[in-house]
Amino acid sequence: MHTNLKLRVQALGDPTRMAIFERLERGPLAVGEIARGLPVTRSAVSQHLKVLRDVGLVTSQRAANRQIYRIDADGVAGLRDYFDRFWHEALQSFKQAAEKSFKEKSR
Amino acid sequence: MNTVATLPSVRHTILVEAPREHAFAVFTRGIDAWWFRDHCIGKEPLQEVVMEPRAGGRVYERGVHGAECDWGRVLVWEPPSRLVVAWQIGGGWKFDPDLAHASEYEVRFFEEAPARTRVEFEHRYFERHGEAASRIHDGVESGWPKLLAAYARAAGTR
Repeated sequence: MHTNLKLRVQALGDPTRMAIFERLERGPLAVGEIARGLPVTRSAVSQHLKVLRDVGLVTSQRAANRQIYRIDADGVAGLRDYFDRFWHEALQSFKQAAEKSFKEKSR
Repeated sequence: MNTVATLPSVRHTILVEAPREHAFAVFTRGIDAWWFRDHCIGKEPLQEVVMEPRAGGRVYERGVHGAECDWGRVLVWEPPSRLVVAWQIGGGWKFDPDLAHASEYEVRFFEEAPARTRVEFEHRYFERHGEAASRIHDGVESGWPKLLAAYARAAGTR
């Protein structure tokens, strides 16, 4: 789970991929529509889409002879994963702080 | 009408080798001592994290030059046993003052022994963030990506 989230975060760390992702937030699109207005070639967009699909952020489906890309709703459940990991670590930090300060207090 | 699928809560249970009163105090008034320094949303580097110790109290960060940035609000203040805080950081990694768009976390402190406390933590209602975002984009799937992207941006710039 955590590894997947890390990969997704890394995937979105690229500005072009983030731009593509943001376009798909508005709804499903074909490659040509995604590429329009982006300063990269259509084949570069396809490469980026492949990366996004591999990490589970985007899915694709063939419709009327075109590949249509959309946000993968399951993949974005990564938000919950983010919080799960974040709180796991934060609570460990809290535990250490509480135990250390209690020890110092009762000395 | 948009329907946003409910995501399960995040739950954790930990044992703290300290009395309940102490654990509650460190979690709340002492939050600055254990909060990760890189988990902040303001423009300035983080100076201090503050949880105002009362129901309705603000939870916020203060930057090194004094700028304050709200994170949430104390909803339930029952020392030393229970705390509920609204998490009001929504899409775009920004504070959203509308409590209907906030998730919340509840922390309960149980005395296992005089100097041992079981802490049960739950962060729930994530879907409320999604509803806020989907109103803007008018799509079932649009809420979560927005928020995930915001978190990814923040996590990626660590």
